[in-house]
Amino acid sequence: MEQPISRTCLYYSHVTLGAKMEPFAGFSMPIQYQGIIEEHQAVRNAAGMFDVSHMGEIFVSGPDAEKYVNYLFTNDVTDMPEGKVLYGMMLRPDGGVVDDLLVYRLFGGKGFLLVVNAANIAKDAAWACSLAEKYDVTVENLSEDWGEVALQGPEAGKIMLEVLGLDMQELVFYTFTEVRWKGYRLTVSRTGYTGEDGFELYGTPEAVCHIWKTLLDAGVQPCGLGCRDTLRFEAGLPLYGHELSDSITPVEAGLGMFVKTDKGDFCGRDAVVRQKAEGVSRKVIGIELSDKAIPRAGYPVFAGGEQIGHVTTGYRSISTGKSICMALVSADYAALGTSLEVEIHRKRISGTVCKKRFYRTSYKK
Amino acid sequence: MSKTIEGLYYSQSHEWVKVEGNTAFVGITDYAQEALGSVVYVDMPQQDDQVNAGEEFGAVESVKAASDLVSPVSGTVVDVNSGLEDSPSLLNEKPYGTWIIKVEMSEPSQLDNLMDAKAYAEYCENL
Repeated sequence: MEQPISRTCLYYSHVTLGAKMEPFAGFSMPIQYQGIIEEHQAVRNAAGMFDVSHMGEIFVSGPDAEKYVNYLFTNDVTDMPEGKVLYGMMLRPDGGVVDDLLVYRLFGGKGFLLVVNAANIAKDAAWACSLAEKYDVTVENLSEDWGEVALQGPEAGKIMLEVLGLDMQELVFYTFTEVRWKGYRLTVSRTGYTGEDGFELYGTPEAVCHIWKTLLDAGVQPCGLGCRDTLRFEAGLPLYGHELSDSITPVEAGLGMFVKTDKGDFCGRDAVVRQKAEGVSRKVIGIELSDKAIPRAGYPVFAGGEQIGHVTTGYRSISTGKSICMALVSADYAALGTSLEVEIHRKRISGTVCKKRFYRTSYKK
Repeated sequence: MSKTIEGLYYSQSHEWVKVEGNTAFVGITDYAQEALGSVVYVDMPQQDDQVNAGEEFGAVESVKAASDLVSPVSGTVVDVNSGLEDSPSLLNEKPYGTWIIKVEMSEPSQLDNLMDAKAYAEYCENL
């Protein structure tokens, strides 16, 4: 069944700017404005801004909110302070990932905000509601009422102060604050998906349009989803549907540290405990190739003539110029330094297992 | 609007052919490079490889994706443009001045199946 395509509140701005628009997760989204390479460099060297209003916002409130989120979410929200953000996943009972998400503990005892992937909003909302039955909580999917802009790059803090008049010096990585800006209420977190310092700003569609225009008028580079992917990939960050999925567990993806098996029961716990104890048969690894040929998602990976896995994301790194990829392979071949081959256009290109973080991140901790 | 050059032959998959005697120079059109964005890698055949009209002979890759190169004619690859190994962006800068492979045609009559500049320009307008 064909779904109607949605537009974010910034759709007309993207079109006016001449962005190349493509359908993504049910939204018409900008892939690039000037070009993926220029936009990628802007974020690495100065700053860039992204319309990420397609992301989903699900609110959880009520007396059992903490207990419920701890059952739904893999990271530990017990005594999590207000203003703190945590990364983690929602798991199926078999350990497969429903989605990966950020959880914000809201101020004033108002509960939690779950920020989820656009492609999974309907699935996640249904999942969250199905697990809520035994708890005294209210789960609300307010994705359509909220917009979001990400401002990312080493100059992001300076731009927040000089262009928006918001002093974020005290805001550390993975925390957030609520501010008033030109009469709008904004939620601002020091988070992102690029490997750089930066902020994610949430507000009403009207507020988000106003922020976007103010930043645009100040000369901040608008950036599309094209470089959002190259940036997160270089930083070793997973993308749902590639490095994580219904059938790839966090332990296989190397994200076991975000699953707190010692916090008490939660959905998917047994599967993760077993995998952590027994080990997994597949792992997501990094591969650096010896040739300029570019590995792409789905290309097969070989060792000794036998297929042992496939590429999950691959690029010619814009920051380093090397052909690199993440791949899901048999755990027997996951050790750093192992020689593997990726089949690219019917040729086997040799490569070496390396760390998934291809680019040195620079967060403000 | 994308540019076309008189005197070349064009395929529906956006390759151009320039003919000198029995030799075909094959490249990609301005429309193709515009649609691709910055080309970062070109996968090319080797000299003496056979190519067949309508079949893939390599790929041009942008940051985001690989697009197959389809040969407009059949024949033997007599030369590949090795300059593209280090400067793939030549395909963006001078799409009609940058050939990718040189083919010694085995069936020159296949050129009749291709479009001229005017027909190709109309074809692109209707895409």
